[in-house]
This record gives sequence, structure tokens and C-alpha cells, in this order.
Amino acid sequence: MRYMLMMNAPRGTGDYAVNAWSPDDLKAHIGFMFALNKELSESGELVGAEGLAAPGEAKIVRAAKNGVPVVTDGPFPEAKEFLAGYWIVDVDKPQRAYEIAAKASSAPGPGGAPLIIPIEVRQVMSAPPDM
Amino acid sequence: MKESADASLGHLLRDLAPQVLGAVARRHEDFAAAEDAVQEALIAAATQWPAEGIPSNPRGWLYQIAVRRLTDEVRRHIARRRREDTVATERSAIETVVPTVFGEIGADEDDTLTLLFMCCHPSLTPATAIALTLRAVGGLTTSEIASAFLVPEATMAQRISRAKQTIKTSKVAFRLPNDSERAARLAVVLQVLYLIFNEGYTTSAGPALHRTDLSNEAIRLTRLLHAMLPADNEVTGLLALMLLTDARRAARTAPHGELIPLDEQDRTLWDRSLIAEGVALISSALPRGEVGAYQLQAAIAAVHDEATRVEDTDWPQILALYGVLRELSDNPMVKLSYAIAAAMVHGPQAGLELLAEIEGDARVTEHHRLDAVRAHLLERAGDREQAITYYRRAADRTASIPERDYLTTKAARLAR
Repeated sequence: MRYMLMMNAPRGTGDYAVNAWSPDDLKAHIGFMFALNKELSESGELVGAEGLAAPGEAKIVRAAKNGVPVVTDGPFPEAKEFLAGYWIVDVDKPQRAYEIAAKASSAPGPGGAPLIIPIEVRQVMSAPPDM
Repeated sequence: MKESADASLGHLLRDLAPQVLGAVARRHEDFAAAEDAVQEALIAAATQWPAEGIPSNPRGWLYQIAVRRLTDEVRRHIARRRREDTVATERSAIETVVPTVFGEIGADEDDTLTLLFMCCHPSLTPATAIALTLRAVGGLTTSEIASAFLVPEATMAQRISRAKQTIKTSKVAFRLPNDSERAARLAVVLQVLYLIFNEGYTTSAGPALHRTDLSNEAIRLTRLLHAMLPADNEVTGLLALMLLTDARRAARTAPHGELIPLDEQDRTLWDRSLIAEGVALISSALPRGEVGAYQLQAAIAAVHDEATRVEDTDWPQILALYGVLRELSDNPMVKLSYAIAAAMVHGPQAGLELLAEIEGDARVTEHHRLDAVRAHLLERAGDREQAITYYRRAADRTASIPERDYLTTKAARLAR
């Protein structure tokens, strides 16, 4: 079964908070994420993972009547948090997806303390129907 | 012409691959190395045979090449070690790893069967056992397996290599299980084959084509197993179940992949020859010895398949079969099916009463299937409001898009 693990971060100023971190903290954080992806890839569970550009760069697009895109620039004050990145994993049971999410949640932040980032875990619709 | 020659060469190589791998693995302790060597032999055959013609003993040819590759590999390994330190025992090392290999290959069917038992080993998770079985016994490429399971090729390659590593470290002997462990091990083999079949039995738009191939592959492998163990009733039962289920494939989905439930299918689309074959298999197995879960499920599928009109379905017979199946296993899904059959025979209220007995079971309380069945029975009992509630709840809980669409549409129709 496949799960999408979405790492949400508070919206803040539209910049990633990591911009204010010390180089060592940043290095530890990047190293942690790199090791996690390597582990998932070696266990044969990683389907895909991406990090997203800072939310200040985001646009919201709606279709106009004639189908032309209408692009609105951020920031978007109505959004409380934003998606910073995601993993898609293919695992044997939901508990394993929670385990991976907990690990991602504990990525180190300033001073090496775990960030405890909230990770939203959603099943990807793909299971065979059983009717 | 060229294309059909390529296709028949492909079929030949796929049929021979597990036999050769089984024979090489039997004589070599390292399954992963045996697999690599057989892959190289297959590549050599695919390039040489079209030009030079198929040798008179193609299996022997592949075997010889694979063993030669293995021997070369062992020599290289020894040379490496000799450079690192002086190993005086290289001759005996060659002999342990590659014993008298250039003789005749023994009974190939035993080797394929042993290979199947090894790939479906209890030390592997179902997902890895499936991947390894398709790779080693089915002869599918890693990329084919990856696209069938909708994961990147690198992910699948990693899964297969981990499976081989698990086998290596757990020191699974390459031999047929003995009598005391045989039944349990065969049950795992059947489960893996059935999982492959079910994985493929999902037809929706897009990647569906690849997934259909999985059902065909599961049927092909089960046919192979049945040919090797013709007297095993559960193997026969599983093959019959697959054929009797697969027979309905064309009727099961609408053009855009929407699910069509059994009672609304156009039965003229059912594959009569598959049904005839499945019915013959299950009719031969049932009177013989012990009845098992696959045989009973096949018998139920046969009763459905034999009704040319939905109203001709012999529900009392189906209810009786589910009754036996319910005694045999503690599976709440079987109890759910029993409740549906009871509702068909004795009315929706009887079915709803049986559901009340299941809902405390932690394995199904949160399962969409319980909600979906309840919704159906409520609809039939005339409780429109409650039926809508449960159809929607089932739609929220399923992880299958065609199934969600079906359930949402059901609720929407009742709500109008």
C-alpha cells in the first residue's frame, strides 16, 4: 500500500525558517534527510520524494471564462501552513508508513534538537477493489 | 514473421529460465550468483540463437553457459583473494562451489517447484516474495515488474536484491520441503500466486494493461504448479478459482474503468471456455479427498458462472458453500459473504442480523466492505436514508478509485 507523507511547515513570512539556521544545523538537517531517503530507497519502499521551493514563490492559478490562466502572486494569508515537501512510499502495512513519518518528523533543527514537524499521512488511492 | 519468431523465442526463454535457474541454484549455494549467471546465459541466447538457430538441447545449452559464467566468477573471486592473501585451497574452493556441473540436468520440474518454494519462503514479506517469484520463476524483467506494481524500477530492483540477500543470509536450503513442512509451505506458495492474480485483477484506465498481465502470469504459474502437482486438490482449486474469476473480466468494467458488480454484468461477455475449464477442474477436485478454502471459493465462483441470467443464481447452494467455508476459516470477509448469501436466500433482514454479529470484529469494523454490504442490504430493505449514509462511509474508506466512484454514484442515485 502506498502512502503520501506530507511535511507541513508553518506559513510564517513566506521564507523557509531554515534560512536563519547556522551552517552546522543546516548541514545536520540536510544529512538527516539524505540518510532517510537513502534508507527508504535501499529498503525498496521509496516511490518518490520531492522538496518544494519556498511558499513565497508560490502562485495560485484559476481559469478565466475563456480558459486563460489567471495567476495570483503570494503571499496567501489565508493558508496557515504550507507543504514543504513529500515522500511517496510503498509499504506492507500502515504502521510502517507511520514509522517513516515519525522518523521524518524527528529531523534535527537548531542546536540538533528534533523539530517534531507534523507529517500528514494519506493513503494513495490505488488498492485493488475487492467487490 | 520476424515479430512472431521473436515472440516465440521469448516464450521459449521464459519457459526455460526457471528450469535452468532451478538446476543451477540446486548445485550452487549462492542463489543471487546463480540468478546473475542465468541472466547472462539468457542474454547470450537472445543474441546468438536468432542468428545461429536454436540448439537441439536449448535447456542444456543455457545451463552450460550459466555454469561456465559461474565458474569464471568463482575463478575471478579466487584470483582476487589470492592477490589479497595466499589461499592454498583454491582448487577445493572451485569444487565446493561448482561440483560436477557439466553432467546432465536432472528432473527439471522438481527444480522449478523447488525454485517456487524458495521464492515463496516464509522469511520473505509477501511483497518481496511476489517480486522474486515473478523475476525468478516468471522470468519477467525488473522493469516489467516495477511497472506492474507502479513503482520506479530502482525501487523494484532494490526489493528483489533484498529478497535474494534475505535468502542468502537465512541459509534457505535449495531443496523441496519435507513432508512435515510441505503443506504449510505450499500454502504460502498458493497465497503468493493468488496475491499476484488479485493484483492484476483490477481493471481501470491507463496502467491497467500491465496489471492484466499479472493475472495472466499468475494463471500461467499456477498452471505450471498444477502440472507438477496434479493430485493436489488445493492447487487445482486455486487454478479453477483464477479461471472462473478471470472469465468475467470483460464484463467487469465499463469503457472508462467503472466497476460493474456481478448482478449487473452482461453475462454474454463471460468467457465460456474459461468457465468450462474451471468447472471441469473443480468438479474433478471436489469429490477427491479433503476440501479446502480455494476449492470452496472456486465452487462458489462456478455456481455464479453457471447462471446465464442473474435471477438463475443458485443462492441456496452458494449459502451452503459459504457455510462450509465459514467453518473452515475464521476470516471475517467470509462471514460477510455468508451474510450476503443469507440475505439473497432469506431476505435483507436476515443478512443485517448476521452483520450485527461481525461488526464487533476489530479486523472489519473500520473496513469499507462492511459498510458497503450494509448499505446494499439497507437499500434492499427499503431504508434509503441509512443506505446513503453507509454508501458514503464506504466510499470514504476504500482505497480503490473505481470502487469509490461506484459507491459514491450509488449514494448519489439514492439521494436524488
